[in-house]
Amino acid sequence: MSVGRFLRSLRGLSLAGRIGFGLVLFWVVTALIGPMLAPHPVGAFVDRNVFGGYSSSFPLGSDYLGRDVLSRLLSGARYTIGLGASAAIAACMVGTGLALVAALGSRWTDELLSRFMDTLLSIPSKILALVLIAAFGSSLLLLMVIAAFTYVPGNYRIARALAVNLNQMDFVVAARARGERALHIALSEILPNMIHPLLADFGLRFVFIVLLLSALSFLGLGVQPPAADLGSLVRENISGIVEGAPAILIPALAIATLTVGVNMLIDALPHAGRK
Amino acid sequence: MAPAPATSYVAVSGLRVSARGPDGTDFDIVRDIDFTLARGEVLALIGESGSGKTTIALALLGHARNGAAITGGSIRVGDVDLLSLGATDMRALRGNRISYVAQSAAAAFNPARTIMDQAVEAVCVHRLMSRAEAEAKAIGLFGELGLPRPENIGRKYPHQFSGGQLQRLMAAMALMSDPDLVILDEPTTALDVTTQIGVLQAFRNVVRRRGTTAIYVSHDLAVVAQMADHILVLQQGHIVETGATARMIEAPAQEYTRTLMAAAHPAPAMAERGPVASVPLLEVRGVTAGYGRIDAAGTPATPVLRDVSLTLHRGQTLGVIGESGSGKSTLARTICGLLPPARGEVLLDGAPLPPGLKGRSRENFRRVQIAFQNADVALNPAQSVRQILNRPLAFYHGLRGAAAAARIAELLDLIQLPASIGDKRCTELSGGQKQRVNLARTLAANPDLILCDEVTSALDTVVGAAILDLLADLQRDLGIGIIFISHDISTVRAICDDILVLYHGHAVEQGPRDAFTQARHHPYTRLLVSSVPELRVGWLPEAGSAPALPPVSASVDAAELCPFLSRCDTREAGLCDASFPARQRLPAGNEILCHFADQRLAPPAHSQICAT
Amino acid sequence: MTASPDAHTQGGRQLALMILGRIGASVVTLILVALVVFAISSLLPGDAAQEALGQSATPEQIAALRQEMGLDRPAYERFGTWAWGLIGGDAGQSLVANMPVGDIIRERLPNSLILAAITTLVAVPLALGIGIASAMNRDGRLDRALNIATLSMVALPEFLVATLAVLIFSVWLQWLPSIALVPEEAGVAELLKALAMPVAALAIVVMAQMARMTRAAIIDQLDRPYVEMAVLKGLSLRRIILTHVLPNSVGPIFNAVALSLSYLLGGAIIVETIFNYPGLASLMVNAVTSRDMPLLQACAMIFCAAYLALMLIADVAAILANPRLRNQ
Repeated sequence: MSVGRFLRSLRGLSLAGRIGFGLVLFWVVTALIGPMLAPHPVGAFVDRNVFGGYSSSFPLGSDYLGRDVLSRLLSGARYTIGLGASAAIAACMVGTGLALVAALGSRWTDELLSRFMDTLLSIPSKILALVLIAAFGSSLLLLMVIAAFTYVPGNYRIARALAVNLNQMDFVVAARARGERALHIALSEILPNMIHPLLADFGLRFVFIVLLLSALSFLGLGVQPPAADLGSLVRENISGIVEGAPAILIPALAIATLTVGVNMLIDALPHAGRK
Repeated sequence: MAPAPATSYVAVSGLRVSARGPDGTDFDIVRDIDFTLARGEVLALIGESGSGKTTIALALLGHARNGAAITGGSIRVGDVDLLSLGATDMRALRGNRISYVAQSAAAAFNPARTIMDQAVEAVCVHRLMSRAEAEAKAIGLFGELGLPRPENIGRKYPHQFSGGQLQRLMAAMALMSDPDLVILDEPTTALDVTTQIGVLQAFRNVVRRRGTTAIYVSHDLAVVAQMADHILVLQQGHIVETGATARMIEAPAQEYTRTLMAAAHPAPAMAERGPVASVPLLEVRGVTAGYGRIDAAGTPATPVLRDVSLTLHRGQTLGVIGESGSGKSTLARTICGLLPPARGEVLLDGAPLPPGLKGRSRENFRRVQIAFQNADVALNPAQSVRQILNRPLAFYHGLRGAAAAARIAELLDLIQLPASIGDKRCTELSGGQKQRVNLARTLAANPDLILCDEVTSALDTVVGAAILDLLADLQRDLGIGIIFISHDISTVRAICDDILVLYHGHAVEQGPRDAFTQARHHPYTRLLVSSVPELRVGWLPEAGSAPALPPVSASVDAAELCPFLSRCDTREAGLCDASFPARQRLPAGNEILCHFADQRLAPPAHSQICAT
Repeated sequence: MTASPDAHTQGGRQLALMILGRIGASVVTLILVALVVFAISSLLPGDAAQEALGQSATPEQIAALRQEMGLDRPAYERFGTWAWGLIGGDAGQSLVANMPVGDIIRERLPNSLILAAITTLVAVPLALGIGIASAMNRDGRLDRALNIATLSMVALPEFLVATLAVLIFSVWLQWLPSIALVPEEAGVAELLKALAMPVAALAIVVMAQMARMTRAAIIDQLDRPYVEMAVLKGLSLRRIILTHVLPNSVGPIFNAVALSLSYLLGGAIIVETIFNYPGLASLMVNAVTSRDMPLLQACAMIFCAAYLALMLIADVAAILANPRLRNQ
């Protein structure tokens, strides 16, 4: 997609879509450069107060140990978004790759792959993630792999439906009658026509994964201290809820704006494949 | 504009319907539409796609599709000014005083509710009669429209009926309220020609008998000539010409109307048969093909083609004709290797082709190209025209860079499109342009044989006629063999050297075009030919209703009997229901799959087989 | 067409076969799920005996424990024993609580079922109402407002909803207890009060999803020609949606309800934990923390079985509602 086309499609977005786009852009930039702007070291105890309010030296207050919330938020956002995005990319690449193999391969390949994916889909994603964490633990890399593994079947199902559909289209049949090999058909004829719905699906998977990882961290099963993602920030400051401290409100708000933003953007896209 | 009849019952003046385009500006779909209609008359709206005929028809129900709106003019039906009505009054009118018959009854019936529920719904909601009265009336109308066992119809669901039956049921539903005006929106377009004739007859009878005032929307002049008292020709949203049916057909005043008529009846291309090489370009020998498991005798579980043979010489065109489901597309798929035959073989220049895609060489692929019916889905929407044409050049001929660009310019010139079109995506092209690109892609291979699968069927007649001319030119210049698959016998007769008639996967008749001007034919060919509406008033009543079929023993659908037995008007007990017919050659040179060869196969006196 | 009673029993038999087929397929899937759960939790992560005893254990000790835990038997045999035990209600011994897993679950399961049942009763009618109202007002002001609301609710993590609920109702308003402890001899009123917040938190998450899918299922039908036909027969929009569209969207709507309710299973994990509700989901989280594999496996299998049962019910309901399948 060229830059001009991209900008034109932005102009066509509804108000909700533009708000969504703004939020997504904000968080992507934050994740990329945020930690460089952090006023304090992430782990340093800098405030004598705990659950301090908004102030000039601590714009978003301080947390339950007197650390700077803004600095921790900037770093937490990078964990959440980085983990979420890499897991979503991995899930979509594996899911779509397998889907193409299933759609173009022999009946047996398709049957076996689809049966296996259906089985994984029959395990609710949180349950599957819990079992995986209990078995393997929860280092950052493992969390990424577990989140990706959990959401491969969903992407596979959607991508396979798209690919099977496209595979019966006349232009693909024409390519086959022309003598083209399966690899050319998959990459040149089918895949380019799946991009729009797959982008929407990627956005959805990203939201699901962010929600899953935040929930896991909130339960203490996700990102382990000293590292902290947005979910961990909510968890560790939960006792601040009684006084409505920014230390718990701000990370909560951050997760909400991130996921709601992505959802609003996808919902406004013209080709959004709805679940 | 014809002078308004004194008793104008429907009067439309200055009608305008507008919509908002993708760029945000408003544009008119139709404008300045004026016409009147007397009580008991039928007016036809005719035009190509985009002419606005359906838009006008729906406006008469106060309805506009997809965000369009009626933005000007007035519509009077009886003494009601339609466009001044509020939503509630408008609802009270629809399905009551004005009713609608949709193009595709199969989609317009609710699949989850019984026929009777849907037939009586409007009159019950409008409180015209009780449910019991309505059901009795519906059963009467079902019978009037020629549906068998009308009393059993009501509790069935739409999927239990055929397309032709559903169209009749929809007409019955529209007549339930004895409406002042009925709108028929292309009601027979989706039907096979042999089904269409019966439905048209049923419509015509019921409309005449009840003196219904109707508006009939169609793209087919010949159909309209049978149904309408007046014709109104539309082009791109405005009226071209209007007048009484006979006058319009015999002496059209406007150039556009004449173009429409000419396109509806393609003149035969009178190319001389060149010297024929001894080895045919393509030979299909006894091919049986289908889906599912293949048994020991080589018959698939769901056979689509059975024992079909044909030959095609270089520079010639073979027309394959049949109804939907006759196996004509399967034949093309078998030849190009997409569906390996279960039995039989395909030979190119005398050498057998490997049955499936596997095993065919790149040279095999290059020589046989296929062009699909619907160019909308035959071209990859993610690619530009240049990319689409580039691929076969690189794939078959290894052309790249400047050489490829030069060849693409040549190809675009050959299909009469401007070179600037190369950078467009095919989604930005018109239907005719897409079909030309589709043909250009096959030509890029420098093929010996092109399989054209209904390449003009999705196009408007005028655009389709231009594609046919293009094909004829290409063939003359390049000497390619063409297999032209179509459901339209007049097109096939016009452009093909040889004709093959498929019925339920059997080649029931085949032979040179000249033989198709002769008197004796397979009974199915005869039915097919006599079902094509002719462009003259009074053809439909002459065509007569289907004669009663001679009785035969019960099992007419057995696989080991003649495939056409169940619909044949020439069949004979003791012969046709006892054994499979032999293939025999008639004196004119056509070969038929029939027990008979004598005068019984001659057509009824009034219908001529071939207009040449 | 001939002899309709015969045709009816024939159709009935086909329908019964079809439903039996679906049930069979679900059972097969459940077995495959069991295989996956068992493989992940018992086969892949190395040697449980080694882990239980730590690095300092002698090989003899480990071998002894392996034998005691049955780890020296081949994998398929261990899976067979485990699966057979599950069917008979014997899910093994909890490693942490040192009592039968079955007993622990029997104590917790009713609590989870009550929570799920009440949430379902609240969420399903509300969600269907919102979905249908949205679809009827397609692209109108109400639809757009509901769209943004449900869109946001779908994207909010349950723990945020639950935390906010605690903040508002327990901390600020002090209407409801922040811990959902139901006393043994509690009356209905007390029970409802204790469950109000968990139910609300769960219902919000489930409802939004269900309402959106219901709306989508109806909107999907609104562009079909039969709806235009109904408009042109002079029917009101309300009548069209209730008598024409709904019968055609029963299948997708059942599916939406089942899918969303299955989300309840995952949502319960967070909500039960936050409110300290003694249900199955919080039990499972504890099992993860303490790596109590037998307990974890049993909990996971109950959740998966519940999910498959929901899907099966939706599937069968959709078959029964489709005249094409009902009336061959």
